[in-house]
Amino acid sequence: MKPIENRPVASESLTRSPERSTLTQPARTFIDVKNVWQEYGDQVVLERLNLTVNQGEFCTLVGASGCGKSTFLRLLLGQERASRGEILLDGQPLAAEPDSSRGVVFQRYSVFPHLSVLDNVAIGLELPRARLLGRLFGRAKREAREQAAAILHKVGLGHALDKYPSQLSGGMQQRLAIAQALIMKPRVLLLDEPFGALDPGIRKDMHGLLLELWQETGVTVFMVTHDLSEGFSLGTRLLVFDKTRIDPHAPGAFGARITYDIPLNSDRRAQRAAVAALPAHITGDLQSAL
Amino acid sequence: MRLINRHPDRAGRLVLVLLPFALLLFLYFSASASRLADNPGDKLLPSATQMAAAIDRLAFTEDKRSGNYLFWQDTGASLSRLGLGIGIAALLGLCLGIAAGILPLFRAPLSPLLTVLSMVPPLAILPILFIVFGLGELAKVMLIVIGITPVLARDLEQRAREIPQEILIKAQTLGASTWTLILRVVLPQLLPRLLIALRLVLGSAWLFLIAAEAIASTDGLGYRIFLVRRYMAMDVILPYVVWITLLAWLMDLGLRQLTRLCFPWYEGAKA
Ligand SMILES: Nc1ncnc2c1ncn2[C@@H]1O[C@H](COP(=O)(O)OP(=O)(O)OP(=O)(O)O)[C@@H](O)[C@H]1O
Ligand SMILES: [Mg+2]
Repeated sequence: MKPIENRPVASESLTRSPERSTLTQPARTFIDVKNVWQEYGDQVVLERLNLTVNQGEFCTLVGASGCGKSTFLRLLLGQERASRGEILLDGQPLAAEPDSSRGVVFQRYSVFPHLSVLDNVAIGLELPRARLLGRLFGRAKREAREQAAAILHKVGLGHALDKYPSQLSGGMQQRLAIAQALIMKPRVLLLDEPFGALDPGIRKDMHGLLLELWQETGVTVFMVTHDLSEGFSLGTRLLVFDKTRIDPHAPGAFGARITYDIPLNSDRRAQRAAVAALPAHITGDLQSAL
Repeated sequence: MRLINRHPDRAGRLVLVLLPFALLLFLYFSASASRLADNPGDKLLPSATQMAAAIDRLAFTEDKRSGNYLFWQDTGASLSRLGLGIGIAALLGLCLGIAAGILPLFRAPLSPLLTVLSMVPPLAILPILFIVFGLGELAKVMLIVIGITPVLARDLEQRAREIPQEILIKAQTLGASTWTLILRVVLPQLLPRLLIALRLVLGSAWLFLIAAEAIASTDGLGYRIFLVRRYMAMDVILPYVVWITLLAWLMDLGLRQLTRLCFPWYEGAKA
């Protein structure tokens, strides 16, 4: 899939359609991006970004290489601070450093090479509970490992619990990274080209897995992809990043904005909304099964 | 077939490994035999029997004055100094390397300091060490520590910086604090690299040990060699040198096996 070319600016009314999404989802603004700019030195990467995202949406982010998609994810992750503007999560300003409320899967280096598959996931249960040594012992450790094994079986890694990441294929490593992120029950899951290095067959499997997990956990997903068809088929919302103004003499003078914001897969959105409307004890069961 | 594509087979490899050693031994002993034939009192190239007699005297006969077996006493003294020095240096190097490599607030003051410190020639400050710490054990151990710590720290700092940013971010999203991140993510990834770095500085550590022992000591392998030099006792010096080489080689081998055993996930361990 070739990168998206510069397109004419979409009008404000087309770019943002809160009315439309209220039809199918409970209108609860979860993430609120308010006039965010990101600049490195005098290079403007993102400008005047405005976005509201409801809980449980699956946003796919596409755009030309280097236009600032990863930068936007870094802002959401708290790895960097926006130069201007602010991002609210549930009405509160976003924590300024990465924490366990936001999970992340990178294209590479997402898993710990020195831990077995099982420990790669179990460490997520150990770290928050053992502030001093970072590891659990005895029964607590056994329980953490059982919980980790359960989610690993779910992502199809049940047969590889004792392997090290270097012994896994690319697809298996990404499965592991997803399991690792989801064991924390994050409210937001950020994926930066998670399947970019996988071949098409494996990619299809991963799409199925990701959608299934998204349905069950109700996590809000932001996923960067270079594959437009992947963006269309997976998301409930497609965000296109593009520069609206270009100064040929100063390429860094203007940043990218969200030029298209396209609602997708309304059936899936409705489905999710229906799950969200289920009584808590049922959805609770679903989540704890994970 | 091109030379770069020709590989020795198993037996061939063994022969090729042993060949240079056999050649060296042959050269030495034939030279020794011819010199001794000319002059039976020659001390420069002692024969195998002369060296065996010297070893027997030092290693398997009690010393008349002290009642000790000098060879083993020397070995014990040297190894404990070396072990202590390397142990302290490894610990210091690890702490400094992690602090400078992972924590930006510590990197700013530490990184340039370590670079400058590693340029100080350790032997040049040996007199200072003797003045400050006296002629006892401490000065000798300190020489090893001062000599290899900056090298270890700089290497580990570099290795720590090579840990992908993604890994550190990931650990934070899994709920790690700075402390538990270092304990469970950075430290385990640096330990195999520490063992490799130790293998590389082993040679310098021995150098500093022998230098310190030669100048101010009453026992130790380096002390003995420099002591018997006055009598041109090559029959003692040569076995001692071989013994030191063997010890150093065994330590290297031990460190390599330890890396492979303890860190099976580490790819560099296979090399
Ligand atoms: N820390 C930084 N300092 C300076 N410039 C940066 C920094 N991070 C990113 N940039 C610049 O910001 C721009 C956007 O980078 P970013 O990685 O967000 O692009 P991207 O949309 O993710 O591209 P790709 O699709 O190739 O991954 C690039 O031009 C890059 O040079
Ligand atoms: Mg990117």
